[in-house]
Amino acid sequence: MKARVIVTLKPGVLDPQGKAIEGALKSLGVSGIASVRQGKVFDVEIDAENREAANRKLAEACEKLLANTIVEDYAIDHE
Amino acid sequence: MNSPLRAAVILFPGSNREGDAARALEQACRAPPAIVWHDDRALPEGTDLVVLPGGFSYGDYLRCGAIAARARIMDAVRAHAARGGLILGICNGFQILCEAGLLPGVLMRNTGRRFLCRMQHLRVENVTTPFTRGYALGQVIKVAIAHGEGNYTIDSAGLAELERSGRVAFRYCDAAGALGGAANPNGSMNDIAGVYNETFNILGLMPHPENLIDPLVGGIDGRGMFRGLTAA
Repeated sequence: MKARVIVTLKPGVLDPQGKAIEGALKSLGVSGIASVRQGKVFDVEIDAENREAANRKLAEACEKLLANTIVEDYAIDHE
Repeated sequence: MNSPLRAAVILFPGSNREGDAARALEQACRAPPAIVWHDDRALPEGTDLVVLPGGFSYGDYLRCGAIAARARIMDAVRAHAARGGLILGICNGFQILCEAGLLPGVLMRNTGRRFLCRMQHLRVENVTTPFTRGYALGQVIKVAIAHGEGNYTIDSAGLAELERSGRVAFRYCDAAGALGGAANPNGSMNDIAGVYNETFNILGLMPHPENLIDPLVGGIDGRGMFRGLTAA
C-alpha cells in the first residue's frame, strides 16, 4: 500500500524558509502569492491489512520520528 | 582526594566538535574522555558525564538531531540520565537532547536565516549546578556560536515553567549583559541560549564553551564550565 505523509509547521510557528521562498517568488514576478509555508512530504510504501491499520502505523511513525509535534502537524493521504 | 570525573563523548556520524569537547575535558580532568560510538549499546562503566558534541549528525537529515536522538547509544544515555548522571549537549548535542525528549522545546531555523559563526556574549543565569558553579551569577562570558538552527522555541506554558523553575542556564546578551535586540542572534524565545532539565543534571546549550579554553584562540571563558564539572 502506498501512502503520503505531509508534515507542516503548526500555524503561528515562524517559517524563515517559507518567507525566503515567498520573497524569491515575488522578486521573480510571480504575481498573486500572498504567503508561502514550507513543509515535507514522505511517500511511504507500507505493509498493512487495510487503510485503518496503515493509518495507525503511519501515525506511530509520525509521532516517533517524522514530525516534531511540538512545532509540526502531520496528515496522511492514500493514493 | 576524589576520583577524577569520568567523561564520555558520544560520536555520531557527522559530529565534528568531538575533538574540541575532548580537549576541554582533558584539560579539566587531566585525563582524556572515552569516545563512544553511536551504535554502541553501553557507556563505559563508571561514566559520570556524557557529552553530546557539536556538528551535523546524519547531515541534519529530517530535522537537526532527529536521527541521532534515535541512535542505539541513546538508550544508555537515557538510563544514565535517569540515574542522575550528568549530560552536556553542545550545539547539535542540544538539538539531539531536545529531539530525544530529554530537554523541552526545539531548535528552529535562525530567524535571520543565516548560519552564524562568530563570538557571542552570554549571561550566566544560574550558578547552582555542576555545569555553571565555576561562574558568578549574572557573569557575562564571551564564547563562540556556530549554528543555523539555534532559535529556541517552546510553547508558552513550557516557557513559563522554565523561567519559574530557574531552568534557563544562559541567555544571549551584549558585552554589558543587556538582553534583547541585536544581542539575540537567532530569535530564541526570552534570549535563551541554554536550558536544564527538571533535575538539573542535563544541560543543553547552542554556544561552544569547549572552544574557549585556550588564550591562543581568543579567550578562556569556556573553562569555567569544565572546571565546574570537575570540581567535587
